[in-house]
Amino acid sequence: MKTRREFIKISAVAAGGIAVLKPALSWSPDFLKKDIEPLDESKAKRYPTFCEVCFWKCAGFTYLNKDGEIQKIIGNDKDPHCNGRFCPRGTGGVGMYYDNDRLKFPQKRVVDGDGTHKFVQISWEEALDTIADNMKDIADKYGPESMALLYHASSGSYFKHLMQAYGSKNIAKPSYAQCLGPREAGFVATYGMGVSSPEPTDIKNTECLVLIGNHVGENMHNGYVQEVADAIERNASIITVDPRFSTIASKSKFWLPIKPATDLALLLSWIHVLIYEELYDKKYVEQYAFGFDELKAHVKNFTPEWAYTKTDIDPKDIRDSAYEMAKASPAVIVHPGRHTTWYGDDTQRTRAIAILNALLGSFGKKGGWYFAEKKSVPHFPSPEYPHPKWTWKDITKKTYKGAGTGISNDLIKASLPENKNEHKVKGWIVVGTNLMTTIPDVETTKRAIENLDFIAVVDTMPMEITGYADILLPECTYLERYDDIRSSQHRIPNIALRMPAANPRWESKPGWWMAKEIANRLGLGDYFAYDSVEEELDWKFKQMGTSLEEMQKIGVKQFDKETDLYLADGEEHYFNTDTGKIELYSLDLEAKGYDPMPKFIEHKQPDSGFYRLIYGRAPMHTFGRTINNPNLTDLMDENKIWVNPKVAKIWGVEAEQEIWLKNQDGKISTFPIKVRITERIRHDSVYMIHGFGNTEKGLSRGYGRGASDSEMITNVKIDPIMGGTGMRENFVTFLLENPHLEENKIENKEAES
Amino acid sequence: MRYAMTMDTRKCVGCSDCVVACQTENNVPLGYCRDWIVEHTAGTYPHLDMELRSERCNQCDNTPCVRTCPTGASHVIEGGIVKVTPEECIGCGACIQACPYDARYFHPDGYVDKCTFCDHRVKKGQTTACVAVCPTKCLTFGDLDDPNSDVSKLLRDRKWKVLAPEAGTKPHVFFLT
Repeated sequence: MKTRREFIKISAVAAGGIAVLKPALSWSPDFLKKDIEPLDESKAKRYPTFCEVCFWKCAGFTYLNKDGEIQKIIGNDKDPHCNGRFCPRGTGGVGMYYDNDRLKFPQKRVVDGDGTHKFVQISWEEALDTIADNMKDIADKYGPESMALLYHASSGSYFKHLMQAYGSKNIAKPSYAQCLGPREAGFVATYGMGVSSPEPTDIKNTECLVLIGNHVGENMHNGYVQEVADAIERNASIITVDPRFSTIASKSKFWLPIKPATDLALLLSWIHVLIYEELYDKKYVEQYAFGFDELKAHVKNFTPEWAYTKTDIDPKDIRDSAYEMAKASPAVIVHPGRHTTWYGDDTQRTRAIAILNALLGSFGKKGGWYFAEKKSVPHFPSPEYPHPKWTWKDITKKTYKGAGTGISNDLIKASLPENKNEHKVKGWIVVGTNLMTTIPDVETTKRAIENLDFIAVVDTMPMEITGYADILLPECTYLERYDDIRSSQHRIPNIALRMPAANPRWESKPGWWMAKEIANRLGLGDYFAYDSVEEELDWKFKQMGTSLEEMQKIGVKQFDKETDLYLADGEEHYFNTDTGKIELYSLDLEAKGYDPMPKFIEHKQPDSGFYRLIYGRAPMHTFGRTINNPNLTDLMDENKIWVNPKVAKIWGVEAEQEIWLKNQDGKISTFPIKVRITERIRHDSVYMIHGFGNTEKGLSRGYGRGASDSEMITNVKIDPIMGGTGMRENFVTFLLENPHLEENKIENKEAES
Repeated sequence: MRYAMTMDTRKCVGCSDCVVACQTENNVPLGYCRDWIVEHTAGTYPHLDMELRSERCNQCDNTPCVRTCPTGASHVIEGGIVKVTPEECIGCGACIQACPYDARYFHPDGYVDKCTFCDHRVKKGQTTACVAVCPTKCLTFGDLDDPNSDVSKLLRDRKWKVLAPEAGTKPHVFFLT
């Protein structure tokens, strides 16, 4: 009999390039079968929340079915992050709650007589006491500064408060040095302010959107994707620069299939065209910018013909795309991107983007960049924090003078045994971030952990990092807890509430409660001088002119904007730089010993038989966070490696064939990955979705599915300005036989010698 | 009353939100789906074209699935929506064979299941779950008999195509190009 799956195969063969994304027949949980009658939303109970599946944090409502169980989550119409429409991850957030692989009980590491390590279930009392005792020991031995907090989850804000009350400011989020840090530093150097999140790009009104390696639509940053879809409907021009034919490239007026690692050459050449063909916004530059003449002299030789030799992009396309931007000016956005840690010169690349926007007169203008506003959230009354003797700045700022926040990889390095200086980090609390896949060069992280006196990990799921914990605390999911108020910058200042829609499953607990309980045990109870988080939130809401009761009904509250969205024509404006102007020539970078204007640096290209490893996102997954979510793995349960058909032919590999990867440093992937043969990738590169190939066996749907890009990233190019970890200078080759089988291991060794 | 859907291939990013929203709305067991994403690429690097489509039952006028159903479980309701009555379905699979769109699947409870255009929501004046959730608003649902409905307007103003027109099924899901 003809089955559905056979049909898919047939259609794929018949039409050549068709890929059908249908769920794989895998697993069918009971919870979705219980309700035969679909839910009547108008009668159902609902609780406000904001999503924790990604950092965009869209606000919505969690709906319960007639048995009082969580059924679905729907966006809140009043929320500018989502405008009432959740993305697939937000819609599939229910799977996070129902995932039976979740961490269920507090556990501690126990070493048996024969030296084997194992986790043993303990009481909350014992877990919290142990953490407090270890924090006391570290404070006594080295000072409280030697404890660090590495976090990403929303509940991190309560742990941050705990750490500062305890006496440490060694706090870092990987989202800075492993992601958006360079663009923040680049914009600070140019405009005196960072971009922050959500990006205040006025896509809603733009006529031209320029994307540098930014795969919007595959990255499902909700409000951003929505505005881009509207822009497509309005026939706005989109210019996409990407070595891969991304989803958005397929919808762009210009797709510039760039040779990887040469983006800065293209950007400088665009600057050249705008200046030397006098297409820039003269009035704007004259009024707001500093260092134009220096910039003009600097880019004199960066012609499109020069850029062609670096980028492989036809000079005519470089010129035409520059004209397209100039035509739309000032309603044009050269987007700063988000994951910008690529080649180590990333702050300078983002500087070039910032400069382009200034030349186009788009910053502070309709259809370009708007001035976002954010409501400040008051702090619940608590004593002043103690003043630490040293902070992350004493470690990081000596080397990376442009760093804006704590650098996760620097705090990790401060925990290495070879760290002989006075600033040692001896204990970590890790909240909701799997450092083993987030921080490149995993061997360094492992050595740092080996050298710690103590590590506590808070998470909802078993992840690789949880395996390294001394004490492991199970956090309940965002659908079962309160968190701090979400206040984010937008066209209209707004706040959102997250409240539980269900009781925590098993013995999991909310992060705020853990932080408060640890504080009590450290004698820091005054810093958490409320009985319940409801009391704390209600106090804060009341200072902001609302209440917990009101927020429980509406979920999102909008406030009046106090400042203008755009600059009026010719309006005076002070930029927070040394000159008070937009610095095309950065005095601050110059004073710190860096290039005041971006320079093109040649980066390494792959050796023969190797391909540049490019990684990215799929719309239904967030990092490695979702790879065990039953609903989302149902949409995509493994990554594949994208290989150009010409390359596939050279290797003789076929579609769906499993191969292993080996990088330039000899690192071999733990798991194989299936080949996807597609024209959508350049011949010198391969592409894979980040977050797969997890080695944690507690993940019944995530373990060993696909391969890990992080594992292949052993060559890290550190940004000299802000300390970010450039991860795109890694190259892989293919192993067609399983390198982990004994006989193949021997062959490999022989081949190498 | 004739319900129809338009799907704007220019705006769709293939995120699969329609799939997961349908699953949680209609209690579709995981591993199965009533709607899905198709990606079609043509050309060679760097001269490429790509189309993304969110596909589902086409709610045809000329319904091979209903015609082949031996028990009458597959039937057409008001507005042209094709439905299956689970209690009457014997799971013979004739309709699955007959459908040129691969829109039907065997539900693990022993009957054939498919997209219903969320008739339970439409009855209450709501739109379908996939249309309600789509972040790019590439999906539009409405009544073709009403010349002022969004679907009617889109079909007047935009170029469109249907899938497998050669099958003669007169499908009512239209793909805007």
